[in-house]
Amino acid sequence: MNPVNYLYLAALLFTIGATGVLIRRNAIVIFMCVELMLNACNLAFVTFSRMHGNLDGQIIAFFTMVVAAAEVVVGLAIIVTIFRSRHSASVDDAGLLKL
Amino acid sequence: MSGLAAASYLTSTGEAVQFWILAVVAVAGALGAVLMKKAVHSALCLAGTMIVLAVFYLANGAYFLGVVQIVVYTGAIMMLFLFVVMLVGVTAADSLKETIKGQRLLAGLCALGFGVLLTAGIANAALRDFDGLGQANAGGNVQGLAALLFTKYVFAFEITGALLITAAVGAMVLTHRERTGPAATQRELAERRVRGGKQLPPLPAPGVYARHNAVDIPGLLPDGTPSELTVNPTLRARGQIRDVSGEALAELAALEQRSEDWLERDKRRAGERTEEGAK
Amino acid sequence: MENLIGTLVLVPLLGAGVLLCGGRRLDRAGHWIGTFAAALSFVIGVVLFADMLGRSGEDRELAATVFSWVPVGGFRADVGFQLDQLSMTFVLLITGVGSLIHLYSVGYMAHDERRRRFFGYLNLFLAAMLLLVLADNYLLLYVGWEGVGLASYLLIGFWQHKPSAATAAKKAFLVNRVGDMGLSIAIMLMFTTFGTFAFGPVLENADKAGEGRLTAIGLLLLLAACGKSAQVPLQSWLGDAMEGPTPVSALIHAATMVTAGVYLITRSGAIFDGAPDAQTAVVTVGAVTLLFGAIVGCAKDDIKKALAGSTMSQIGYMVLAAGLGPIGYPFAIMHLVTHGFFKAGLFLGAGSVMHAMNDEVDMRRYGGLRRYMPITFVTFGLGYLAIIGFPGLSGFFSKDKIIEAAFAKGGTEGWILGGAALLGAAITAYYMTRVMLLTFFGEKRWQPAPSPEEPGAEPAAETRGEGRMPHPHESPKVMTIPMIVLAAGSVLAGGLFSLNDAFLTWLEPVTGHEEGHSPVTAVQVTTATLVVLFVGVALAWAQYGRRPVPVTAPPGSLPVRIARRDLLQDDINHIVLVRGGEHLTRSLVYVDHTLVDGVVNGTAAAVGGLSGRMRRLQNGFARSYAVSMFGGAAVLIAATLLMRAV
Repeated sequence: MNPVNYLYLAALLFTIGATGVLIRRNAIVIFMCVELMLNACNLAFVTFSRMHGNLDGQIIAFFTMVVAAAEVVVGLAIIVTIFRSRHSASVDDAGLLKL
Repeated sequence: MSGLAAASYLTSTGEAVQFWILAVVAVAGALGAVLMKKAVHSALCLAGTMIVLAVFYLANGAYFLGVVQIVVYTGAIMMLFLFVVMLVGVTAADSLKETIKGQRLLAGLCALGFGVLLTAGIANAALRDFDGLGQANAGGNVQGLAALLFTKYVFAFEITGALLITAAVGAMVLTHRERTGPAATQRELAERRVRGGKQLPPLPAPGVYARHNAVDIPGLLPDGTPSELTVNPTLRARGQIRDVSGEALAELAALEQRSEDWLERDKRRAGERTEEGAK
Repeated sequence: MENLIGTLVLVPLLGAGVLLCGGRRLDRAGHWIGTFAAALSFVIGVVLFADMLGRSGEDRELAATVFSWVPVGGFRADVGFQLDQLSMTFVLLITGVGSLIHLYSVGYMAHDERRRRFFGYLNLFLAAMLLLVLADNYLLLYVGWEGVGLASYLLIGFWQHKPSAATAAKKAFLVNRVGDMGLSIAIMLMFTTFGTFAFGPVLENADKAGEGRLTAIGLLLLLAACGKSAQVPLQSWLGDAMEGPTPVSALIHAATMVTAGVYLITRSGAIFDGAPDAQTAVVTVGAVTLLFGAIVGCAKDDIKKALAGSTMSQIGYMVLAAGLGPIGYPFAIMHLVTHGFFKAGLFLGAGSVMHAMNDEVDMRRYGGLRRYMPITFVTFGLGYLAIIGFPGLSGFFSKDKIIEAAFAKGGTEGWILGGAALLGAAITAYYMTRVMLLTFFGEKRWQPAPSPEEPGAEPAAETRGEGRMPHPHESPKVMTIPMIVLAAGSVLAGGLFSLNDAFLTWLEPVTGHEEGHSPVTAVQVTTATLVVLFVGVALAWAQYGRRPVPVTAPPGSLPVRIARRDLLQDDINHIVLVRGGEHLTRSLVYVDHTLVDGVVNGTAAAVGGLSGRMRRLQNGFARSYAVSMFGGAAVLIAATLLMRAV
C-alpha cells in the first residue's frame, strides 16, 4: 500500500470536518468538527514525517495539538459565556452585529 | 510495523489491511460526528475517530504522538467537550433542518470542489521518495522528538507555554462573573425563601410515600397521586419518570383484600350487626 | 519738476485718505479739506503747465518713475508718470473743473449729513482720474481706470438709501465691468505682442505688429472706451447714473470720467492707425452714439437725463473724431475740453435749478425761472449757446472742426459721417433749446413737492412740509461762482484754442495732425452747421416756445415713446442678455441636472444598488461567512495547482 493513502484519508477527513463546520449550527459540534480538521492535518503531518524520514512533521503535529488544546479551552469558555447570556449554543443566534 | 524499519516504497500488507479497515471506521466516525443529531453522540463518534487516528499515528511511527492523541486528545479534550455538552444541555437534540437558504448546497459544492482539488493536489505532488522513520526513530521516538523540541524548536516550545498560560487565563476571565454586591449570607437566603413563599423544609425524597425509593419514581401524596416535588425536573424533561401510582393503588387494594380475608369473622359480625340494625 | 507730477496724484489721494479715515471729527471741516486738496492739485498742475510752456514743443514731455511696482523676472511694471501735452490738458481740465465742482458741492451738499464722505469720494475720484491720465503704462492706467470706476460707483450710489440710486450704481458698475474686461484683455494681448505695456515701446512698435493683432487690441480698447464713455452698445448706465448728486453728474458723468474712453483711444492712436478696421468700428460707434444720445436727449423730461443724453451724444462726437485718426485727434481732445466746460456748467445750472425747485427734476414742472434765478439763467444760457455751437462760443469751434474732419475722411464714408454729425448738431440744437425753453421760459408750471422723500440738498422733511410750493431762489455764491467761471470757460475756451490754431500746435507733438482732403470747404461746413442749428432751434421754439407746455407729458407717438424708453436700450439688454442668460442658465441647469447629475447620481445609484445586492452576502450568519472562506480556500488551491501546471 502506498502511504499516500493516509494523505487521501486526511484530505477526506478534513473535508468532512469543514462541511460539518458549514452545516451544523450547534457551536459545540462545530468545535468538534474543527478538531476533526485539526486531527486530519495532524495525520497528514505524521505521514509527511514518515515519508521524509525525519521527525519535524511530528513536532509540528505536536504543536498543533498544543494549540488545539489552548483553542479548545478558550473556545469552550466563549461558548459557555454565550450560552449563559443567550441560552442558546446556536451560532446563528449570535448575530448581534448584523443590522 | 516491521516495514517501517527499512526505507521502502510500499507498506506492509498488515498495515494495508489495518488501514483499509480503520479508515472506514474513521470516515464513519467523522460522518457520524457531523451528522448525529445529539451533541453527545457527535462527541462519541469523534472520540472513536480520534482513537483510530491514534492507531494510524502509531502505524506511522509516531509512537509518542499516538499515545498523546489517546491520553490528551481523546482522554482530556474530548472529555472537556462532553462536560460542556452536559453543561449547556444534554437533552437538546439539534434540528438538522437548514435555515439559511442555499447554505447546504453551497457548502456541499465547496466541500466537493475542495476535496477534489485537495485530492488532485496530493495526486499531483511528487511523493516518490519514501524514506520511513527507521533511522529517525533509531534512538527512540520520544528521545528524537525531545532532541528536536529542545534544540531546533525550543523557542516555539517556550512560546506555546506562554500561549497555554494565556489560554488558561483567558478561559478564567471569560467564565468569571464579577460579583457586584456582597454575597448573600445563609440567613439572608433563608429569609428570602420564606418571603418568596417557597417550600421551607427540604423537598421530599423520591419514593418517600410510595413503596419504592428509586430516584425516578415520584413520591405519592396521601390520596395516592404522585408529587411533582419529589423527582428531578431533568428526569421529567427526559421522560424518564416511572409513574407507580396505579401500581401502588393496586397493591393497596390487594392488601385490603388480604386483611379482609384474615378478618373474615369481623366481616361476618359486621354482617350480623347490619342485620340487627335492620331489625 | 518731475517730482511734482507724483504729488498731483498724491494730494487728492491723501485728501481722500484723511477724509475717509478721519471720522466724525472732520465733519465740520471735511468739505474744505477736500476742496483744498483739489485746489492744491490744480495749483500744482498750473505750475507744471507754466513750466511746460517754458520749453519748446518737442521737449515738453516729462517722465518720472516713482517705484518699481511688479518686478518679477523679466516682467517689469513700474509706477511711472508721463506728463506730456495730452496729459497736461487732462490734468488742467480735471483739477480745474474738479476744484470748481468741489467748491460748488460745498454749497450743494451743505445739508447732507455725509458731506465729508462725499468729498472723500470726490478726492478719490480726482486721484484715480489723475492716475489714469498720468500713467506711463497701460497697467497703471488700468489701476486708474478701475479707480474712477469705483469712485463713480460710490458716488452714483451715494444716496444709497434710495433703491433707485443703489440699483443705478450697481448697473453702472456692472456695465463698466464689460468694458474693463476688454481693457484687461487688451493689456494682456499687448503684453504678449510687445512684451511690455509701457506707452513708449508699445506705441513705437505698433507698426511692427500684425494688423490682425492690432485690430484685436483696438477693438478691445474700443470696448473699454464704450464701457467707460457710455457709447453704444454699453451706453445704458449713463442715464441711470444721474441718480447721483448733481455735482457728481457734472464732474464724473459729464466733464471727466466719461471722457476717459476718448483719452484711451487718443493715447493709443498708434495702434488704431495700424488697424483701419478698428478705426471704422470706432467712427461707427461714435456716429451711432451721437445720434442715439441726441434722440434720447430730445425725449427726456428729466432735466438731468436730457443732459445725460446730450453728454452721450457729445462724447459720440469725440469718439467719432478720435476714430478719424490724426485728422481728428486734436479736435476730439479740444471738444473734450470745451465740452468739459459747458457740460459741467450746464449740469451745475441744472443742479442749481433743482436746488431751487425742491429737487424737482421734471422740466415740465419748471417754467419761467429766468426771473427768479438770473445768474443760473445766464450761465446756463451761455452753456446752452456753447453746446449748440453758437458762433463765437467754444462749442462752435470744436464741433465745427469735428464735422469738418468727418467730411475730410473722404469718400462715401466721409459723407455719411459728416451727415450724421450735421444731423446730430441739428438735434443738439433742438433738444438743448427745448431744455432751455422748458426750464427758464414760458409760464410757471410749478407743482407742489410730490413727497418729502427727496434727500440731499434740501433741509429735513418737517421744515419743508408736503405739498409746499417751491420758492425758487438764486443759489448761494459758493455755487454760483463755479457756474460763472465755467460759463466764462464755455464762452472763451473755443476762441482761445482756435486762435492761431493754438490748441492744435500744442497737441501736435503728441497726437500728430494731418489735414484731411475735405470735399467741402470749411466755409460750407460752417454755413451748413449754422443752418441746421437754426432749423433745430426753430423747431424747438415752434413746439415749446410758441404754445403752452402740458405739465404731464402727452402720450406721444410710437417713436417718441421708444425714445423715452432710451431707445429701448434696457429692453434690448433685457432680451439679449437677461433672457439669453436665463435661457443659457436654464439649458446649463438642464444639462447639469440630467447629464452631470445623471452621471453622478447614476454612479451613486449603481454603487448603492450593487451594495444592496452585496449586502445580502452579509447576512449575519457566521456559517455563511465560513462558506465563503472555504470557497476561497478552494479557489486558492485551484490557483496554486494551475500555477504549478503552467
